Amino acid sequence: MVRVMPEAAPAPVKFDLSKQSVRELNQFLHGDLKDVARVRVENPDGAHSIAVAVDAPVRIEIAGHAGYYAAGMNQQGTVVIEGNAGPGVAENMMSGRVEVAGFASGGAGASAHGGLLVIRGDAGLRCGISLKGGDIVVGGDVGSFSAFMAQAGRIVICGDAAEGLGDSIYEAVLYIRGDIRSLGADAVVQPMTADDIAAVTSLLAAAGIEAPAREFKRVGSARKLYHWNADADQEY
Amino acid sequence: MATRPVPEIPIAGDGLQREESALYDRRVLDYIERAAATGLYEIRGLGAKRRLPHFDDLVFLGASLSRYPLEGYREKCTTRTILGTRFAKKPIELDIPITIAGMSFGSLSANVKEALGRAATALGTSTTTGDGGMTQEERSSSKTLIYQCLPSRYGFNPDDLRKADAIEIVIGQGAKPGGGGMLLGQKVSPRVAKMRTLPAGIDQRSACRHPDWTGPDDLVIKIKELREATDWEKPIYVKIGATRVFHDVKLCVHAGADVIVVDGMQGGTAATQLAFIEHVGIPTLAAVRQAVEALEELNVKEDVQLIVSGGVRTGADVAKALALGADAVSIGQGILMALGCNSGSYVQGGKHYSAEADYRLLKTAPGYCHHCHTGRCPVGVTTQDPVLEQRLEPEVGARRVSNYLKTLNMELTMIARACGKQNVHHLEREDLAALTIESAAMSGVPLAGTSWIPGVTPT
Repeated sequence: MVRVMPEAAPAPVKFDLSKQSVRELNQFLHGDLKDVARVRVENPDGAHSIAVAVDAPVRIEIAGHAGYYAAGMNQQGTVVIEGNAGPGVAENMMSGRVEVAGFASGGAGASAHGGLLVIRGDAGLRCGISLKGGDIVVGGDVGSFSAFMAQAGRIVICGDAAEGLGDSIYEAVLYIRGDIRSLGADAVVQPMTADDIAAVTSLLAAAGIEAPAREFKRVGSARKLYHWNADADQEY
Repeated sequence: MATRPVPEIPIAGDGLQREESALYDRRVLDYIERAAATGLYEIRGLGAKRRLPHFDDLVFLGASLSRYPLEGYREKCTTRTILGTRFAKKPIELDIPITIAGMSFGSLSANVKEALGRAATALGTSTTTGDGGMTQEERSSSKTLIYQCLPSRYGFNPDDLRKADAIEIVIGQGAKPGGGGMLLGQKVSPRVAKMRTLPAGIDQRSACRHPDWTGPDDLVIKIKELREATDWEKPIYVKIGATRVFHDVKLCVHAGADVIVVDGMQGGTAATQLAFIEHVGIPTLAAVRQAVEALEELNVKEDVQLIVSGGVRTGADVAKALALGADAVSIGQGILMALGCNSGSYVQGGKHYSAEADYRLLKTAPGYCHHCHTGRCPVGVTTQDPVLEQRLEPEVGARRVSNYLKTLNMELTMIARACGKQNVHHLEREDLAALTIESAAMSGVPLAGTSWIPGVTPT
């Protein structure tokens, strides 16, 4: 599952969270990283807020499970979580890449504006909630209310989706290979075009996940909730 | 069998019977007619319009023999206010305890945001971004800028977070506790839409819950994340709409807030359902008292600062909020009115021009307008319309707002001196008396001329 390290990877700067604090780690990551290509965080042990608000093209490996908000607000960084991730992984990411080797809890990629979040296992509730432009690729299933109010960006779901997929979705686009237990308000299955197949193909390739792009369905907004209409059936 | 007495029915000079029902008065009839015609609730701006127990129902007990007053014009009375002393490395230092409430770019024009920033900077106080992100105009004009982290996260990004002087996590607001924001399509201009990542012109509904945390225990972790992101430098405010204030304030303290903002039901909004504005939440007066009691019970009154908002209009209101235990107040609607909201005219190039015709187009008149939601503000305050927004010149707006804040601050110090205080933060509950039983019960201040606090002291 874990991505193989590229050959001749530079020696990492190591942080051992059994001896050092998350505060020390983040303070280091917010400093001048121009001579730092790689940081390895050992014994993360589910700590919260690991590598938040990074703004540098650095590779950060978290050697185990991360708690809440790992790689939150990431800019430019490549953050690899070699275990599972708690709620809000890569929340409000702006750019860069965040990978979760295992499972991700609720709110993965919440309100992300950019970048790519890859979850190789399943994602919990509200994956991609309020998404604002980032891309998310989930190797497994997603929980209920995923892509709730998602405004922009794309989510590729290789497995199934639980209840209320894409509720109140705006211009974000969802691609799902498995079953949809139910769609949320204003979310509809739309035809896959050649552009959609190309998008899925390229997102899967970027994520390093193999799946046949043609087997995906597209879910988007029916745009019926964009305006209040006094004559229409009220949904509020 | 005795005949029933016939009630007297008022007959006007025209001979018509006009017995108005108290239950179905003309306001309710209008409401029902409107609901029947449209099938949609009414959405409007500003705050609760109904009469509520408020600061007006309290008076100060000026010094006389038992207390010693200070000379009104000579003796020092400090208004310096420090917020965020609990955990932040760089607390907010203000010259006055009167701040400008969060109002979004979107609900307000960029000119207005600039005017607010200039006025706040001139008076040594802060402005707050609102639901729609930080504009360059506001950041560059406002020396102390509070950056809101709202459920919608519209335009929220780490670059602006780092540029902010403090962070305010908005749980709710007094006009609509439990509800998200609204911005009707006519105000979702291309620039607003881009900042919020939405299609231009849609009727925007903001989320009412944060996307990445769900309860008070999560909030503890969210606050730590924001602290980590900003290297523990910036104070973190948590803003709540006033409902179960006692418990909510305790949870804010538990979550690690440096500053708690409590917004009563008189607090304004740019657009919300009428039923929300008038029927959800509790009055500011009751909210302050509950918030202060929660802080006192946890013994953190000195560590966690309290900002009160929701219908703070005058220097006397500010003084009363401080006497009840607030460290500062926050003003939204009063600021808009200082800018010209509900005024019959607007100023262009130093001359007044009538706005009456534009009020008429909105089917209202100066003094009655709450049509912020339409984006057709006749005085250019709550609009994104390129023509209307020009009606508020940033220099004029800034001057008016700074005059307003100056007046409030002078009234505040005048009252504080009259109560014998060299520091406005020394005003205390013992300086107040209540004029009504309701206000006495809500504020915990004795009814004037008695020592009676309903629900606290025996009758």
